[in-house]
Amino acid sequence: MKRTVPLMITALGGFVLIVAYFIPATQGWGEVAAIWFDILAAIAFVLGGGNLLKIHLKKASDRAPGWGYSVITVLAFLTTLSVGLGKIGVNPNPMYPGFPLSGDYREIGSPFWWLYEYAFKPLTATMFAMLAFYIASAAFRAFRAKNVEAVLLLGTAFIILLGRTFAGVYLTSWLPDSLFGLRIENMTITIMSVFNTAGNRAIMIGIALGIDPIWGRGRSDPCTNS
Amino acid sequence: MKRETLIWTIVFILGIVMLLGRAFLTEQGMGKAYVRAVEINADAPDPADRWIQYDNALPKDYYTAVARDPNQREYQFSPGRTIGVWVAAFFTLFILSFLIRDNPFYKIAESVVVGVSAAYWMVVGFWTTIVPNLLGKLFPEWVNGWAIPGLDAQAEWAYLAPLILGGMLLWRLSPKGSWISRWPLAFIIGTTAGIRLMGFLHADFLSQIRNTITTIWVTDVAGSFIFWESVRSLILVVGVLSSVVYFFFSIEHKGFVGRTAKLGIWFLMITFGAAFGYTVMGRIALLAIRLEFLLDDWLWLIDPAMKRMSM
Amino acid sequence: MYEFLKNLDKRWIFLMMFLAVSVPIYIIGKTGKTFPEVPTLLAEATFQAIEELKEGDPILLSFDYDPASEGELAPMATAFVKHSCEKRLKIYFMALWPVGPQMIDDVIARVIRSDFPEMVYGVDYVNIGFKPGNEGVIKVIVTDLRELYTTDDKGTPIAQIPMMEGIHSVQDFKLVVNVSAGYAGTKEWVQYAVTPFPDKIKLVAGCTGVQAPLLYPYIPQQLPGLLGAIKGAAEYEKLVIDKYGGTNPDPKYLEAKRRMGPQLVAHILIIILVVLANVIYYIEKKREART
Repeated sequence: MKRTVPLMITALGGFVLIVAYFIPATQGWGEVAAIWFDILAAIAFVLGGGNLLKIHLKKASDRAPGWGYSVITVLAFLTTLSVGLGKIGVNPNPMYPGFPLSGDYREIGSPFWWLYEYAFKPLTATMFAMLAFYIASAAFRAFRAKNVEAVLLLGTAFIILLGRTFAGVYLTSWLPDSLFGLRIENMTITIMSVFNTAGNRAIMIGIALGIDPIWGRGRSDPCTNS
Repeated sequence: MKRETLIWTIVFILGIVMLLGRAFLTEQGMGKAYVRAVEINADAPDPADRWIQYDNALPKDYYTAVARDPNQREYQFSPGRTIGVWVAAFFTLFILSFLIRDNPFYKIAESVVVGVSAAYWMVVGFWTTIVPNLLGKLFPEWVNGWAIPGLDAQAEWAYLAPLILGGMLLWRLSPKGSWISRWPLAFIIGTTAGIRLMGFLHADFLSQIRNTITTIWVTDVAGSFIFWESVRSLILVVGVLSSVVYFFFSIEHKGFVGRTAKLGIWFLMITFGAAFGYTVMGRIALLAIRLEFLLDDWLWLIDPAMKRMSM
Repeated sequence: MYEFLKNLDKRWIFLMMFLAVSVPIYIIGKTGKTFPEVPTLLAEATFQAIEELKEGDPILLSFDYDPASEGELAPMATAFVKHSCEKRLKIYFMALWPVGPQMIDDVIARVIRSDFPEMVYGVDYVNIGFKPGNEGVIKVIVTDLRELYTTDDKGTPIAQIPMMEGIHSVQDFKLVVNVSAGYAGTKEWVQYAVTPFPDKIKLVAGCTGVQAPLLYPYIPQQLPGLLGAIKGAAEYEKLVIDKYGGTNPDPKYLEAKRRMGPQLVAHILIIILVVLANVIYYIEKKREART
């Protein structure tokens, strides 16, 4: 029962969507399943937040190493949640001024907007900006032209890096029109539209062939592994 | 005190002195934010139905307005958003400090982003979907009374199913009751599988094969053979086939199959090289916008978008 | 020198990258000089896709990115909205990412409210906002948009928004423009919107550098136009500004062009680092072979 019912739900959900793809009369069932999926995705956000709270509260109460940072996480979480869910400092919708909670939860000037604009945005953007430094470090430490394949990879990378900036245009602008295709910016276009397309197409076909049996098989079902 | 700690302490103190000096002792200052006051519902008879909204304004608009009328109140200096700019700048520096070494400033910034982002997603999910698409469908009159006043719909009791499944999903948080969440998880997995199976099959398998079946004898409208286009087509077809052969591991890669797979690897290496090149391009742009924020919006050292040109 | 480079502390590399990006930003910020841009075929195809539309045609802009990718994608998004406003199209915004609506708000403030104040919300442009579900959202809205989107992003019921009349699904739009940072994004739009309805839905996109190579297999049958990374944004900006920017274009529409300066210097740095690393590697190999 604990294993059978979830498996049946999985199979039914997948089956409805596959059938809806082929039989127009059943398209409505597919839409219903997709809408329920979207609602559950929103509730999964709540689950994620709750899980975060659970982990960090436990860490703080157990006085585990770094528990002070967990307190900061919980405080940041609860502050953002309360101003966001309560629409604190948010004006109502101008069409319905008598309804305090009818306004836009992201209204400019509200505390929730402030937290997004001056905390969430710079922090997440800078986290990802750090990757530029790591890529430079990785380029110095890891990329060795040890064999033909590595030379091909690095050579292509150099052409792309030069060809997608003015440096490439400048370096080969002297080439005559008869050798138009050898200008770096045109080589870049050829590499992307021919070689890269061929390689990625093969990878896509391979992934598509791999995904279908995995989804269809359903032997390793996380619902039943506890 | 260790030499390194001494050096960092001196750097910090000098940095703070320079920042405060630039902010308070120079004529233009730095890191200031301005707003424009916009009256909402100005014609409403009841004063309680009118309020002022503060939109972001450029410094040049503020200084132009003050020069025209020193007593104007439309454009104002915003202490809250100015503090915000400084908080954002310090958070940026805290994260960048990780490049030197792991430190408490970085850990504080990391903790804040984890907490704020998780709560942000919860708030977004609540107001964009749970209220209008779940509660608004089940209890439209109730939702009409507090959240969406213009909502005019009949209750759809079919939405009880996602409500119940959603409630069961939240049981995952309970140590003893987490098995209850298996049913909604099963539904999520089943629908994801159903959606993706057809999407990948159609767009990534059938369509890609169809797109590869292309002529390798390319002619123009008049019927003349175009050499380089034909070569490109041929390389594309050969590239796809040889790369697919490489991924076919059921036959040993020896002889003709082995040589074809080798050619496939070369195509894949070119593909990965292109991916690396584009990835580098992508990452650098992300760094550029953060440094632009520090140099332009915070330190006011440059003004490429002419936000302060009239000062 | 060889020993220093062989054991180079990665923090020197970080410093080099920091200077390679910050110094050009400072110089370009002070002088206003940028490198010239020559649009490629894909940028021109993307431009033409919007240029072919007529006044009043509905266009759907899906901003599926967050602040982490703003450096690459915000200039494209700005240029797309500028182009759509100049063509006087009916603009419908939506997002598949939770922070997408904030990106939409930013672009509306930067372009529409600033330069096109005559445009009226609900009549000329509308933001229907974000819904969770990734490809599940696309799956629903390609056939029934109103089932999922019952209100706009501000909470106003769809029935009360004049420009939503006649819009029942994504098939009712003349063009879909997607600005994408990853999953869910252009790939999902191709898989779940364009591929099932190839004659009804036309898609052009702007994407990050990481995604761009992966989307080339869809070109041109499923994706006629693609702007890849900041270079694609700079090319598209040039096309839009050449046509609609006037003699003295607003610098906010040249953001990508300015960012190509630090790109060039940083790319050259990466090439130098790779070459240097390989020189050190070969010297090391030769020394090992000798001993």
